[in-house]
Amino acid sequence: MSKGQLPRWVDYGVLPALNLLAAFIISGLVVVVIGEDPFEAVKWLVWGALGYGEGIGYTLYYATNFIFTGLAVAVAFHAGLFNIGGEGQAYVGGLGIALVCLAMDRFVPWWVTFPFAIIGGAVFGAAWAFIPGYLQAKRGSHIVITTIMFNFIASALMVYLLSNILIPQGTMSPSSRNFEAGGQLPLLRNVFTSFDFGQSPVNLAFFLALAVCVVVWLLIWHTKLGYEIRSFGANPDAAAYAGISPVRITVVTMLISGALAGLMGINVVMGEQTRLLLDFAGGAGFVGIAVALMGRGHPIGIILASMLFGLLYQGGAELAFEIPTISRDMIVVIQALVILFAGALEHMFRPAVVAFFDRFSSDTAEA
Amino acid sequence: MGSVLCFSWGWGNAFETVYFESRNEIDAQVIDLIDQKGRATVAESNVPAIELIGVSKSFGPVQANKDIDLVVGKGSIHGIIGENGAGKSTLMSILYGFYHADSGTIKIDDKTTTIPDSKSAIAQGIGMVHQHFMLVDPFTVLENVILGAEGGALLKDGVANARRELKRLADEYDMTIDPDAVVGELPVGLQQRVEILKALYRGADILILDEPTGVLTPSEADHLFRILRVLRDQGKTVLLITHKLREIMDVTDTVSVMRRGEMVASRKTAETSMEELAELMVGRSVLLEVDKPEVEVGKPLLKVEGLNVRDDRGVLRVKDVSFEVRAGEVLGIAGVSGNGQSELLAALSGITRAESGKMELSGEKLDLSEAHDAAEMRTKGMSHVPEDRHRMGLVNKFAEYENSILGYHREPKYSKGMFLNKDAIRKEAKERIEKYDIRPPTTEMTAAKFSGGNQQKIVLAREIECNPDVLLIGQPTRGVDIGAIEYIHNRIMDMRAQGKAVLLVSVELEEIRSLSDRIIVMFDGNVVGERGPEATEQDLGLLMAGVNQEAAE
Repeated sequence: MSKGQLPRWVDYGVLPALNLLAAFIISGLVVVVIGEDPFEAVKWLVWGALGYGEGIGYTLYYATNFIFTGLAVAVAFHAGLFNIGGEGQAYVGGLGIALVCLAMDRFVPWWVTFPFAIIGGAVFGAAWAFIPGYLQAKRGSHIVITTIMFNFIASALMVYLLSNILIPQGTMSPSSRNFEAGGQLPLLRNVFTSFDFGQSPVNLAFFLALAVCVVVWLLIWHTKLGYEIRSFGANPDAAAYAGISPVRITVVTMLISGALAGLMGINVVMGEQTRLLLDFAGGAGFVGIAVALMGRGHPIGIILASMLFGLLYQGGAELAFEIPTISRDMIVVIQALVILFAGALEHMFRPAVVAFFDRFSSDTAEA
Repeated sequence: MGSVLCFSWGWGNAFETVYFESRNEIDAQVIDLIDQKGRATVAESNVPAIELIGVSKSFGPVQANKDIDLVVGKGSIHGIIGENGAGKSTLMSILYGFYHADSGTIKIDDKTTTIPDSKSAIAQGIGMVHQHFMLVDPFTVLENVILGAEGGALLKDGVANARRELKRLADEYDMTIDPDAVVGELPVGLQQRVEILKALYRGADILILDEPTGVLTPSEADHLFRILRVLRDQGKTVLLITHKLREIMDVTDTVSVMRRGEMVASRKTAETSMEELAELMVGRSVLLEVDKPEVEVGKPLLKVEGLNVRDDRGVLRVKDVSFEVRAGEVLGIAGVSGNGQSELLAALSGITRAESGKMELSGEKLDLSEAHDAAEMRTKGMSHVPEDRHRMGLVNKFAEYENSILGYHREPKYSKGMFLNKDAIRKEAKERIEKYDIRPPTTEMTAAKFSGGNQQKIVLAREIECNPDVLLIGQPTRGVDIGAIEYIHNRIMDMRAQGKAVLLVSVELEEIRSLSDRIIVMFDGNVVGERGPEATEQDLGLLMAGVNQEAAE
């Protein structure tokens, strides 16, 4: 082990755990400041997320969203691209899914609609990411700026579509009509009846998310395209030397990234809501950034980080319900702290851990 | 007991002579140093500036420095030479406080000391000029020099003082420089001067230079050596780390040779020779002259006509260059770096688009003003060892086996459908590791962790084993140790013997002259002359400097 290097289990296990611990300690202090017992709060948080079937169901449901958006951000990361537009891509992807469901739900069973909905979500999400990707590749417009802007454009576009075009006649709520059975993804509570998922909306999209993790893992580490994406991300000059077109890789990577984000709608639009509604992405696109950072761009890490954020979402809601002084906003603060420590301050503890391991390893070498 | 040794030298105390005898090899060195110099600077202070006794450092199982003893006389230029990975940089990092020795004693000016960090090194009068400059490009010379030593919250006073001090230093050591010039716009030679001034400004008495000439032109290097001599004559101590024998011979007073983490010898430069040092470095005799057998020259495999290349900023960097390279021939392109060689290689290899120019590659005509890419050129039988393996030739964080297919990853033998055939890639990588003696012999270590010579071998294996017709090779031995240099030169000669066309770009004249069949010289984007390998260094040097241009045409 040379200097400054950490064993993988430390890099991928101990460091994230330390970051998490720090986030929870600070959160605990905040809870103390507002006069509540932090251990009580933790108890409700964990119980709310994992203590009973319905809680688990919700945790998995949220985690499903984060897996899709986390993978989207991670794939772009591997090419050195910072895709902040997961939110907008997921939102527009939901439109593609909704259009497929609206077109097919009355004629075919859900399992016929499902693959087309996947294609619809992926194509629409990819299309939304294509423009920033193309502008970056051809014109050098910074992708961070353009993808952020495209989130706003997506939002405005969807408001227009939902309140003017997709809204069923005679209703006041800006959403599409409800899909019939042919546009509804089975809920796990109806599939695995032996386990009590309560009324939670976790659905088959969870398994789609896991499958997509495998696909992304294969793509990044086992295909020629993944090799090119990683080369380009790690050393653009070497990629040019190898004859890898920067324009092509930038555009293709953004298409894949957008498609992954677009799939998030399968979980919400086709799984939970069975209709398209305003702001269904609900910030999951941004959580995906933290998830990808915390998961170190690896699907396994992304699954674990998604579970954590799913836990915080669900447990947080439960906590706000059980201890009213800890409001919904407090939960957001706690989540923000986790994002802060796991994402922005990711490397804060690294020097200390590296120093610790250096001493440890030189001791063993001498012994 | 280490401290006793030095005291005994200083005062010649009989009691301590007992210890003195027990460290024969060291005291002999010290005496050597003093005897050989006999200069006023040494005579006035007969303690060594630096003394290391039994310094060891290991990284896990790898022992980077083994029981190192080193004595550097005050006011001398001491060279430390060794192959890459011999432990030179580790030793210097210990001196500069980047690493901590596992055991051993460090003495500065005869006082046992510890150097926990670079701040402490600076406080003890040690200054370091890194191989890669630690400068802020948009800042002026003055701003760079005072960076981190501003002296007080308000910049103004510090700046005025620094300006005076900088002027004094520049006058004293003959290093004129415009304090208000923007560093990023200075040539590398002057940037390095800023680094030296930075160290002197912080009160350095001992100056460590890590491979200082790697980025310099020959004349810049000469100038650097003049400065080092002035510094020495003013009583400063200079430690010069290099793997270039010629520099050691040119500029140092004493030299220590490192091999595999050990200090194998110390010599007075005047009493040793390049051959002896080379042998000490690698532990066996090295053939410095390349064996260049007669090869029958065939038809041209690479023809370039009227090539013009503009860089990103719109500057014409290659101007109407034409040449041809025939089968079984090495065409050397000599020139001070930055005279269009890099742009020439980039355009020929398809990385950048030329403004105009035609190329004939193994009989196939190509218009270089059209878009090509590097992958296409490879399929047409041209491979390319780039000038800068870190920037271009390797993806440092990829494993060895992943780097072994860079640029060839689309070839059918490496893939199964859209997937990479990792078994096949690893198997071939293993074979190449064996064939090219890449050390350590592992396919899984990241490229960054290999030494320079082994990194270059990874690139070379990749570009030669694909059996190209034409090999473009830039700076093949930059930052590469002697053992590997010999190996690389032999591989190039093998390519020549196999009837390949080799285009060699190097700033090392010696290398160009010993490998090439013909030499063309580039200056300011133009080809200013062609010579045979028998051309003298002076002749080529003049062409490279752009003088005598008319005579060359």
